[in-house]
Amino acid sequence: MIQLISASKTYPGGHRALVEVDLLVETGTTLALLGTSGCGKTTTLRLINRLIEPTSGEIRVDGRDVREVDPIELRRGIGYVVQEAGLFPHMTAAENAETVPKLLGWSAEQRRQRSAELFALVGLDFPVHGDRYPSQLSGGQRQRVGLARALAADPPIVLMDEPFGALDAITRRQLQAQFQELKARLGKTVVLVTHDVDEAFRLADRIAVLADGRVTQVGSVAELGEAPPDSPIGALLGDRRAS
Amino acid sequence: MRRELALALCAIAVAAAAAAAPPRVVVGSKAFTENTILAEIIAQTIESQTAATVERRPNLAGTHVCFEALRNGEIDIYPEYTGTGLRNILASQASGLSRGATYATVARAFAERYAMEWLAPFGFDNSYVLLMRSSVAERLSVRTISDLSQYPLHFGMSHEFLRRPDGMPGLRAAYPLNERETSGLSHDLAYQGLQQGSIDVTDGYSTDAKILTYELVALEDDRGFFPAYEAAPLMRRDLGERVPGVEAALRLLAGRIDADAMRRLNHAVEVERTTPAATATLFLQSLGIESAAGASGDGQRTGFLRLLYQRRWKTLDLARRHLLLTGGAVVLACLLGIPLGIAASRNPRLARAALGLAGVLQTVPSIALLAFMLPLFGIGVTPALVALFLYALLPVLRNTIVGIQSIEERLIDVGRGLGMRDSQILRQIELPLAAPVVMAGIRTATVISVGTATLAAFIGAGGLGDPIVTGLSTTDYALVLCGALPAAALAIALDYALGLVERWTTPKGIRS
Ligand SMILES: Nc1ncnc2c1ncn2[C@@H]1O[C@H](COP(=O)(O)OP(=O)(O)OP(=O)(O)O)[C@@H](O)[C@H]1O
Ligand SMILES: [Mg+2]
Repeated sequence: MIQLISASKTYPGGHRALVEVDLLVETGTTLALLGTSGCGKTTTLRLINRLIEPTSGEIRVDGRDVREVDPIELRRGIGYVVQEAGLFPHMTAAENAETVPKLLGWSAEQRRQRSAELFALVGLDFPVHGDRYPSQLSGGQRQRVGLARALAADPPIVLMDEPFGALDAITRRQLQAQFQELKARLGKTVVLVTHDVDEAFRLADRIAVLADGRVTQVGSVAELGEAPPDSPIGALLGDRRAS
Repeated sequence: MRRELALALCAIAVAAAAAAAPPRVVVGSKAFTENTILAEIIAQTIESQTAATVERRPNLAGTHVCFEALRNGEIDIYPEYTGTGLRNILASQASGLSRGATYATVARAFAERYAMEWLAPFGFDNSYVLLMRSSVAERLSVRTISDLSQYPLHFGMSHEFLRRPDGMPGLRAAYPLNERETSGLSHDLAYQGLQQGSIDVTDGYSTDAKILTYELVALEDDRGFFPAYEAAPLMRRDLGERVPGVEAALRLLAGRIDADAMRRLNHAVEVERTTPAATATLFLQSLGIESAAGASGDGQRTGFLRLLYQRRWKTLDLARRHLLLTGGAVVLACLLGIPLGIAASRNPRLARAALGLAGVLQTVPSIALLAFMLPLFGIGVTPALVALFLYALLPVLRNTIVGIQSIEERLIDVGRGLGMRDSQILRQIELPLAAPVVMAGIRTATVISVGTATLAAFIGAGGLGDPIVTGLSTTDYALVLCGALPAAALAIALDYALGLVERWTTPKGIRS
């Protein structure tokens, strides 16, 4: 379970990226963060794994204030898919995927086996892509390796920053389907950042709409599906309904 | 108990062996022909007249290096000039001292302050003289500087001489000169000018071999204007105690080398291209002092290719020493530079301070840096190693800092987000990505060190600089090449090899 309690973040220089944000993600559910560019989605994720500290307010993971947990332990229990993949250029795809297992001290054999599993999971061919470097992969393939890396040590919580952004519609659908199945099977707690309203409705249990660092609307998929057109989500949905 | 006994016996045996071994005398010299020849003469005299074995440390840069080496006990004796002792070492402003007074002053001061002794002078001054063509001087019957007043003459003097108070200005005050015209020109041009008759008088050094080559005559300084620069052996007092025969042996040389003889010796080495050792042997034989060791071969110099071939094993040995010096300095620079660079990449203030300091060290001329090392570390390998290390430090340090700082911030952030500790980020992300840049710094440091290490020969560290320094001081260019070419080849080879290593340390994923 993840809780943001009246969390605010002002960056050095005075930019107020988040203002008194309250959010709750129940264990085993998925929350989608929707909003335009620069509204504070990435900032929210980074507060949760404590890459940045809130200026005020509190963040709790499984009931514990993140400031009281060893950040290394905290992060190793939280999978992190970075915007635009963020792969290490000097490691092969397989080595990238094995990063966290290696930190946890798994044997090379265990790691190899795990990365083969993960490649299959995200729809990559291990013998073909495993030994390639990021520079030798397409943007979509890189994103999938990034996803595999986040899931490698089977963390109970996963933070995903636009994980399917650079994919074509077909591959995206495939991956979304795989993700849905995975979620159901593994019962993970997920925070998913996306620009794509469809994706939010398809994958999430609940949706929060962010604008200018504030939560303007939050509710279950069912509630927001019925929301009036003059509400924030309604405006986003309106575009879609019209098209 | 038995062990102690055995140890005691060993100690006695070692002491006995030490007592029985012949004492060792180390003879040094400055890096110019005349001083090298005098050092050889001293060395061979000690060899033939005492039981001591002599070690030679020729071509130790200049006065400063030789004097410090003598003070530290790294050499026992070297040829010095009284005027240099007075002005450069004692920093005395005294002027107008006679030859005898100069000698007495330095002899007393050195004995009191440094426990060093000036032995009896060889018999010549290496000071300024006025020179004329012999034929012209004879025709005008000019023998002394006073005689010059009788004729209106063209003085063609070196620029330095025109400026120095103990040069032309002082000379005019001391003598009534009759200057028809006075111009400033370089020494080499002045000799040619004398030859062609376009000038009549110039200045020079009394023992310069060119006096013989150009058939010149040095005018007698009949009013004793020029300060005395008498050459004499300068030795540590403890040498006299350690090897009692040394002073008596060197007394055989007292007053036996006049300016003319010294000129001839310089001529033999610089023009006739005989080695200093052979020149010294021949000279000692002419004095009736048999040299024990003598010079190998006929002492005649050989052409470059012959010499290169003859010296091949020696060159290999010097190259090995050169590599050890260079390698040692670079390894030390890495041991300090890489960790310091890592620390500095996280701390801008430390980075500025470290880069600033290393940068300043880099701008100190190498020969000066080597000289600074002397009072701290004496002569030999240690000061050279320290100086080379200081030079190698900047490229390694700078490239480590730049290499780490130029890594995309985002990648560090991702590593942290995945739960890496700082040490893991360093080892798994920063170091691999910075490795090629660091390696390039090591490569630069190595090439710089190979070049600079040739200068280390000036302070007695050996290496491929040895033949260069010796060759330069005796104008033996074949010998210079025997050091310079292998040094250049070594630099190119190392650059190439480290280029391969650099490529190899570049992670595959970021090779272009
Ligand atoms: N380190 C920082 N220092 C100062 N301002 C920052 C910093 N990081 C982000 N910001 C600002 O905070 C705001 C929110 O940034 P954030 O990265 O959370 O946006 P986002 O919602 O993820 O946008 P996008 O969809 O474009 O990724 C932006 O206006 C951004 O310029
Ligand atoms: Mg973002």
